Amino acid sequence: MIDTPRVGLFVCHCGSNIAGPVDVESVADYGLTLPGVVFVQRNLYSCSDAGLREIKEAIADQRLDRVVVAACTPRTHEPLFQDACREADLNPYLLEFVNIRDQCSWVHMREPEAATRKAQDLVRMGVAKARLLEPLEEQQVPVEPAALVIGGGMIGMTAALNLANRGFAVMLVEREAELGGMMLRLHTLYPTADDPRKVVQERIAEVQRHDGIEVCTSTVVSSVKGFVGNYEVTIEEMGPGQSNALETGDDSHPSVDAPTPRFATAGVIIVATGAQVLEPEGMYGYDGRRVITQLELEERLRTDQLDAGRVVMIQCVGARSAERPYCSRICCTTAIKNALEINDRCSGVEVYILYRDAETQGPRYEAIYGQAREAGVHFIRYDLGRPPEVTEERVLVYDEMLGATLSIPCDMVVLSTPLVAPSGARELAQMLKVPVDEYGFFLEAHVKLRPLDFATEGIYVAGTARWPSHLEETIVQAYGAAARASTILSKEHVTSSGIVARVNGHLCRGCGRCVEICEFGAPTLEEASSGMKGAHVNAVMCKGCGTCAAICPTGAMQACHFTDAQVAAMVRAALEPSVASLASGNPS
Amino acid sequence: MVEFQPQIVVFACNWCSYAGADLAGSSRMQYAPTTRVIRVMCSGRVTVGFILDTFRRGADGVLVTGCHPGDCHYISGNENAVVTVRKTVRLLQLLGLEVERLRLEWISAAEGARFARLMTEFTGQVRDLGPSLLGNGAEREA
Ligand code: FES
Repeated sequence: MIDTPRVGLFVCHCGSNIAGPVDVESVADYGLTLPGVVFVQRNLYSCSDAGLREIKEAIADQRLDRVVVAACTPRTHEPLFQDACREADLNPYLLEFVNIRDQCSWVHMREPEAATRKAQDLVRMGVAKARLLEPLEEQQVPVEPAALVIGGGMIGMTAALNLANRGFAVMLVEREAELGGMMLRLHTLYPTADDPRKVVQERIAEVQRHDGIEVCTSTVVSSVKGFVGNYEVTIEEMGPGQSNALETGDDSHPSVDAPTPRFATAGVIIVATGAQVLEPEGMYGYDGRRVITQLELEERLRTDQLDAGRVVMIQCVGARSAERPYCSRICCTTAIKNALEINDRCSGVEVYILYRDAETQGPRYEAIYGQAREAGVHFIRYDLGRPPEVTEERVLVYDEMLGATLSIPCDMVVLSTPLVAPSGARELAQMLKVPVDEYGFFLEAHVKLRPLDFATEGIYVAGTARWPSHLEETIVQAYGAAARASTILSKEHVTSSGIVARVNGHLCRGCGRCVEICEFGAPTLEEASSGMKGAHVNAVMCKGCGTCAAICPTGAMQACHFTDAQVAAMVRAALEPSVASLASGNPS
Repeated sequence: MVEFQPQIVVFACNWCSYAGADLAGSSRMQYAPTTRVIRVMCSGRVTVGFILDTFRRGADGVLVTGCHPGDCHYISGNENAVVTVRKTVRLLQLLGLEVERLRLEWISAAEGARFARLMTEFTGQVRDLGPSLLGNGAEREA
C-alpha cells in the first residue's frame, strides 16, 4: 500500500446493550487517536437503516478505504456491513468487525471501567488489522438446482415436496425401509385427533407420485464433500437387516447385501432426521408390558389392545433432571390427549397424571388440559426430590398439595419420556460439519436471527432433529427450511468467499505440504515454465481455514484476511499498554 | 497493592470457540475482563510463530481454542493446532517460560458456560504464575 489508509470507525451503542456498561463516547474518542483513523461516528444502532446509511455516506464523503465497525458479533452481522461497503463501492473485505457486545459489554456488565478499557483495546486491535486489510476477489460458483433431504418422516417429506413443487429436483434419503417415520407409530394427533397414519400416508403418496422426488429408502448418507451450490454426496443402500446400522463393521465376506455407494450432487441439504423417544431402561420398573412408555401406549391404543382399569401416567421421566435438563415440550399434551382418549373409550377407567409442571402452551393445547380436568382425569403434582414409586400393584406418590403420600392401585403405568436425538445424529453432524448441542440436537446458526440455517451455507434443519416440538410447529419449519433452501437453488450462481489461501510463487519451493494437509483438495502442485514445481490454490475449493498457511515452511502460503502480518498487528495492538495505564492519575 | 492483572490473548476459531464466546455473551455469563480474543477461521491457522510472538510482545498467557476433536469445521484443522501447541510448549521450556502459560482447549458453539469458566480459570492460573518473564507485568504490578 502506497497510500496511508483512511480508516473510518463506527461504534455502536446497540441501544443500551453496549452503551450501558461501556462508555461508548470514550471508546469513540480513543478511536480517533489511533493511527490511520480519520473518522469516527457513534450509532445508536449501526445495523439500522439509518446506521448503514451513515456508514455508506461516510465512506463516500470521507473517502474511507477501511471500515471498522465495533458492535456485536461478526457471526451474525458481518454480511450486513459487508453489503453496506459493497453498496458504497468499497471492497467488502476492507471491513473489520470488532465485537464489543457479546464478548465485552455483556460479559463484564458489573465492571464498567474494565469493560470500557477492554472495548478500547479491542478497537485498537481491530484498527491495527484494518490498516493491513486487502481487497479480495470473490468467486462465482454455479448452483446445482437439486436438493438432498435427509430423513423421510413427515418433515423431510414436507420439505421435499415443497422444493419439488417449486421445480427443483429432490433426493429424499430415509434409512428405514419405508417412509413415514415416527408418525407411523402414533395413534392420534393433538389438538385435532386426526389419524396420523392417514395424514402421513397421504403425504407419502404425494411424494411417491411426484416426478421431481427420488425416494431412496434403506439408504444412508455416507459422505458429504463440497460446498454450497455443489455438495457431493455419497449414499449407500443398506441390504436387508442392515438398515439402521450406521457402523460399517468389517464384515468382509462378499455378499449381495454389501452397500452399493452412489454419488449425487446437491446444491443444498436439509436435515430432517427427527428424534426418538427415550427408552426408560431401569426406571420405574419399566418392562414394556405393565410399565410402558407413552409411545407404546399410542401403539396399544392404535391396535385396540388397552386393557386396564386404572392407569397412572408419570411425567418428566428422564427429563428436566440433572442429566437431561430440557423440557421435551410434547409430553404433557400427549399424556393429556391419551388420558382423554382412554376416558372416552373405556368408561370406568380412571387415569392419574403425576406431573411436575403441566406445560400445555397456547390456547388450543391449554383447552385440552381444561377438558381433561373436567373429564375427571386426576392430576397429582410431585416433586423431583420425591419421585413416585412403582410397586407390583400400586404407585406411591407424595402429593405436594395434600402433603401426604397417596397409594394408587393400578394396572398400567405409562412413562412420559422425552424425545432424544436419534442414533447417528452426531456422526451425521460430523459428516456435514455442522454442530449439535450437548444432547445431540442440531444447533442452528442463531436461535432468533438465523433459525433453520446452519452456519455452513446451504445446509438447513427442520423438525425434531433440531429440538422437540409439536407437529404443527415442525411442519412450519419444513416449509421454512425449504424456503431458505430455495433462496440458493433459485440462483444460477452463489458467491464463494474471498477468504482463501494464496501462494507467493517467489517463496514456494514446491514441497507439497499444503497439498498433504488440505482436506478439500484445494492446493495442487503444478509445474511452472521454469520446470520447478509450485503450489497453486483453487479458490473455489479452498474454504479459507488457513491451516496450509500455518504449516507452510517458507511462508509462501498466506491465508487471506488472516495473514501473518494482520494477526501480528492484532497481537501487538492487544499487548500495547492499555489506555487506562497511560492515563493513570488523570481520570476523565 | 493492586492485584496483578495478567494480559491474556485467546486465539479462537470462528466456528466453535468464537461462537461459544458469543453464547457466553448472549447468556450474560460474567467472566474476567483480562482476555483479548483474536478470531481466526480455524485453530489450525495458529502457528508457533503467532504464539511465540504473542509472548514476546508481553502476554502473560496464551489460550488457543478450537472445535472439539472430530468437530472442526474444516475436518482436521484442530489436529494441526495440537501439533502446533505441542511444539511451542517445547520452545517455551527452552526459553524458560512456564509451560502453564500456554493452553489448548476445545470449546464448542454450545459451550458458552465453558468459555466463560475457562476465561476466569485461566486468568487465575496465569495470575498465580505472576508476570511473564517477557511481559510488562512487573510494571503493571507496581
Ligand atoms: S474450525 Fe474450529 S478448530 Fe477448525
